[in-house]
Amino acid sequence: MLLTTILLSLREIRRHMMRSFLTVLGVVIGVSAVVTMVTLGHATTRSVQSQISGLGSNLLTILPGQGMGRGGGAQAAQPFKIDDVDAIRGQIGGVTSVAPQVQAQATAIRNAANWTVTVNGTTGEYLIGQQWALASGRVFSAAEEQAGKSVCIIGDTVKTNLYADDETIGTTLRVGRVSCEVIGLLAKRGQSGIGGDQDNTVIMPFRTVQRRFTGNRNVQFVSIAVDPRYDNAPIRDSISALLRERRNITGGKADDFTILDTKQISDALGNATAQLTAVVTAVAAISLLVGGIGIMNIMLVSVTERTREIGIRLAIGATADEVLMQFLVEAVVLSSLGGLVGLALAFVACLGLSIPLKMPFVWEPQINLIAFAISAVIGVIFGYFPARRAAALDPIEALRHE
Amino acid sequence: MTPDVTPDPLNQPLIALRGVTKRYGVGAAAFQALKGIDLEVAAGDFLAVMGPSGSGKSTCMNILGCLDVPTTGAFLFKGVNVEGLDRVQRSLLRRRYLGFVFQGFNLLARTTALENVELPLVYRGEPRKRRHDLAMAALDKVGLADWRDHTPAELSGGQLQRVAIARAIVTHPDVLLADEPTGNLDSERSIEIMQLLTDLNRASGITVLMVTHEAEMAAFANTIVHFKDGRVGGVETLRRPGADGA
Ligand SMILES: Nc1ncnc2c1ncn2[C@@H]1O[C@H](COP(=O)(O)OP(=O)(O)OP(=O)(O)O)[C@@H](O)[C@H]1O
Ligand SMILES: [Mg+2]
Repeated sequence: MLLTTILLSLREIRRHMMRSFLTVLGVVIGVSAVVTMVTLGHATTRSVQSQISGLGSNLLTILPGQGMGRGGGAQAAQPFKIDDVDAIRGQIGGVTSVAPQVQAQATAIRNAANWTVTVNGTTGEYLIGQQWALASGRVFSAAEEQAGKSVCIIGDTVKTNLYADDETIGTTLRVGRVSCEVIGLLAKRGQSGIGGDQDNTVIMPFRTVQRRFTGNRNVQFVSIAVDPRYDNAPIRDSISALLRERRNITGGKADDFTILDTKQISDALGNATAQLTAVVTAVAAISLLVGGIGIMNIMLVSVTERTREIGIRLAIGATADEVLMQFLVEAVVLSSLGGLVGLALAFVACLGLSIPLKMPFVWEPQINLIAFAISAVIGVIFGYFPARRAAALDPIEALRHE
Repeated sequence: MTPDVTPDPLNQPLIALRGVTKRYGVGAAAFQALKGIDLEVAAGDFLAVMGPSGSGKSTCMNILGCLDVPTTGAFLFKGVNVEGLDRVQRSLLRRRYLGFVFQGFNLLARTTALENVELPLVYRGEPRKRRHDLAMAALDKVGLADWRDHTPAELSGGQLQRVAIARAIVTHPDVLLADEPTGNLDSERSIEIMQLLTDLNRASGITVLMVTHEAEMAAFANTIVHFKDGRVGGVETLRRPGADGA
């Protein structure tokens, strides 16, 4: 009997194409909007989080000046020296690596090709702290670091642009005015949300970059990796106290340096993306609601026609329950169809958008299920209740309805 | 589930109205459409109801068809007081015993003639094949077998009338109620319909109650009941049920 009812309701849906189409349209738009937005919201959150965790969750970066180096204060503040780095390494517990960094932009030239890279002067400890593996080759030896030899480790982007598939290790690469021997190739890290393409780098011993590129004894930043067994916050505090002492900042005077904590940044970004997802979900839920109201309107408009139909069915011997069952099944079938079409549209939209947005595509069963269930409920509510009112009438009243 | 309305040994009339009144609306706007109808119809009878417009013919037919309930008075079907039945039981009574031809056809729009005629069988739970066969037989009887795939919008008034009759007789009801079944037809078509009803009455033993304005059509019946202003104004017996003639 249920099968017959389903078949009959499919026939009714086909018979009233326009009405069915308009009814379904609301559900399709609502469901596909909700699913697309929530899926993309989650994908954004996830990709931001993966970029952050790519930075490492336990890294501290110290730079001179206040703010993220954008304000005028950064220029005025006194730069760090290698003594500061040694002091941190010597006096702060709970850190696994402390590395000085100096950076410069330079053009790398190989054969006829050239390419602008970020030259990074640091120590082997930096790569350990960043947990950045080598694809091949080796890191600097202590002797090379001390002497400031012209050796370098190149990032994946540099290799791609200057070497293509050629062997890198042992070749000589001209970077700015320096000819250096390539001793290592870094593993690919991928795009980073902060600070551009991390793979577009040439890493050289710290002294080499000071002497040949920046021409002074300044340390631009200090990169510190915190032992994962320790909390970042107390270590941040003790570094801060140490640096205030070394830089003669006393009393209520503000720090003239900044400690960036990747954990803080990732928490903040995580919160921001979660908020974004919530807002987007709310917008999508509203569109589902609007879809529902659309269905309700169509149902109310067709209520005259439907009331007469119910009257006819009652008059020829259907019971109110049978008529209601039929309308219920019809509403459920219709909005489920709409729900399925909406899910399919959302799938295609998410797949299509994930490419230009450079985001991983993740199909999430949960939101699909929820949106589908909601569409079915909307169909039942808006299809069933007008019908119930009509079926409560005496057949003759229903037939006379205008 | 079907209410037990098997004929009782006292040989009750098939249909009996006792002091039936019907009032529409309330207060000042109230209108007394039926003012006390007493009527008995024996099984196998062919009864025509005549009367001026607004005299309560349709109102009475709706009560007889269990589509509406009297305000006061009793409607006994096979001796059972219909007032004592609930909505579901009245539905089942319509489904099992009654066929109704409406004054305005009341066919489902966008639905083919065949599907319209099949509809009462769907609610009787007949299997698909049997539904089709019975509906085709009924359409054949009204001469519309070739029009089975046409929707109401594609049929003439007379054809609609005949589809409505086919739908009413497809279940082989005990009683066929027809509210002006020839109201929209020319006299040639009307006579065809009357012959069909006469045939259903004589050959299949279906009790027929029919409303008509035309004396020519009423002449096919055994009994003519005249309605006047919500009351029965007179009863004419033309021939006894089952008797051969004209
Ligand atoms: N639902 C209703 N509400 C109020 N008044 C009604 C209703 N139905 C019928 N009436 C009134 O009851 C009276 C009888 O109506 P009914 O339809 O029974 O007449 P009828 O004899 O069938 O007329 P006709 O020959 O024109 O079909 C009419 O005056 C009509 O206005
Ligand atoms: Mg009438």
